[in-house]
Amino acid sequence: MGEKLLMKGNEAIAEAAIRSGCKLFFGYPITPQTELAEYMAKQMPKRGGLSLQAESEIAAINMVLGAASTGARVITSSSSPGISLKSEGISYIIGSDLPCVIVNVQRGGPGLGGIQPAQSDYNQATKALGHGDGHAIVLAPNSVQEIATLVGEAFDLADIYRMPCMILADGALGQMMEPVDFEAKPAREIPEKDWACCGHGGKRVHNIVNSLYIEPEKLEEIVLERFERYKKLEENEVKYEEYLTEDADIVLVSYGITARIAKTAVRNARKKGIKVGLFRPITLYPFPSKQLNELADKAKCFLSVEMNMGQMVNDIKIAIDCKKKVYHYGRTGGMIPSPEEILAKIEEISGGNA
Amino acid sequence: MNSLYELAKEKVTVISGPYGSGKTNIAVNLAMSIAKNGKKSRIADLDIVNPYFRSADNEKMLNDLGVQTMIPIFANTNVDIPALPPNYHLLFTGEGFSVADVGGDGDGAAVLGLSHDDYVEAGYKMYFVYNRYRYITAEPEGALEVLEEIKRASGLEFHGIINNSNLGAETTEETIINAIPYAEKLSEIANLPLLLTTCPDWLDVENTVKITDITKKLF
Repeated sequence: MGEKLLMKGNEAIAEAAIRSGCKLFFGYPITPQTELAEYMAKQMPKRGGLSLQAESEIAAINMVLGAASTGARVITSSSSPGISLKSEGISYIIGSDLPCVIVNVQRGGPGLGGIQPAQSDYNQATKALGHGDGHAIVLAPNSVQEIATLVGEAFDLADIYRMPCMILADGALGQMMEPVDFEAKPAREIPEKDWACCGHGGKRVHNIVNSLYIEPEKLEEIVLERFERYKKLEENEVKYEEYLTEDADIVLVSYGITARIAKTAVRNARKKGIKVGLFRPITLYPFPSKQLNELADKAKCFLSVEMNMGQMVNDIKIAIDCKKKVYHYGRTGGMIPSPEEILAKIEEISGGNA
Repeated sequence: MNSLYELAKEKVTVISGPYGSGKTNIAVNLAMSIAKNGKKSRIADLDIVNPYFRSADNEKMLNDLGVQTMIPIFANTNVDIPALPPNYHLLFTGEGFSVADVGGDGDGAAVLGLSHDDYVEAGYKMYFVYNRYRYITAEPEGALEVLEEIKRASGLEFHGIINNSNLGAETTEETIINAIPYAEKLSEIANLPLLLTTCPDWLDVENTVKITDITKKLF
């Protein structure tokens, strides 16, 4: 255990990235992730790295593509509208099998929306960060402390599976301050980056990083190989947390900051004698489907709690083969649900009125 | 000092310091303390850079205590632009005592430079809030850099240091006591008196001033 210090979520993402050996940040300012870019701008030059404010989000993500091609650890960050702009570049990165970390400190949408916290980019992050058959790993930390560990894990996963990894945060998590201890994350074995374009020195055939294929047969082959990797990821890298689910009739499913509000609601419901538990997916892709399916054999129903209109509901239904009913409670547009509102929904379901 | 109220020596008390040092908490507690001592009290939210966590969050509670609030009309909305409260001038002309909650670096403090002469004419004291547990500004030398930056941007002088070292909800007696030598070091290198050390109201630590945590609770 090191010494604890107070940090904003945005600052902790930046610090954790630097500590994970990331020396390159490319971004474009947007609220509510600005402290992250500001931190990088102040710290990177002092610590042997580079922080560059690009002319746009599109430029920034393409700089990430270029840097990642060399095998370097690289990160970019933005908030909802900026992530949409990066979409094309992210697809190219997926199609080029490049590792990198992309941070989305979500705000209300659609469109320019607002600057207050939201989770309404869940579907975008987990289903279609870019066009084409492909995925990015999506991690959803729920505290500043968890950010400190998951950012390092994001870089490792990206390197191991050669794909982009998104840290899906939100305005509240980015802005709030909590004590954090950057204790060393268990080291993982990172495969050698023999694909990187970092100079062949006349000693080997040059590497090519590319997402364009002339023959459809070749492209299909590449996509199929990629999906074999996704299968391994789904088998080995699912992360989740359970709280009082053992005997729960109603299982709340919630991620990120909302899971902490839901946890308070679970505690308060238990005091009233309602058997409630909380299942918190930490990896949103790969989604903890198997674990939820097992819970569905014991629980009576599920309640998805999110800061959106119910984007995770279908993932839960698919995970549990529609064995039980899935309810939803959410706020949207930058509004944050309160523990009392969630408890009211739990009581409604428990009383058979939902 | 035994109470924050003793900080209110001039018409305007400016509370400044690095982002996350606890400026807003100190400013709100000070404005409440002035009102509780039977004096006219008002607070201006001049943290025009950061759109989250600001004194505007406590408007209703402050008004109920009789504290007049001067809050930018766009605070807590989706309008992310720096704007001053429309009744800003009351800071200098209003009856009793005023508290200014100012953003935490050279950019945030530029708002002070804008009205430099008004502060000098009305009479002011400016205090630097220090938190030993804030990353980057944890060391006295790092905090001093920000202090100098605020001085340059505002053209105003600091009159003392408020040691507000805390770890949020994880603050213990040890947290507070261990930070005191660092606050003393800052006092020495900044050549400013260390006026007081704060303590959250759920703890009892000797020779500290109790303050209430007014941060919005999400869960």
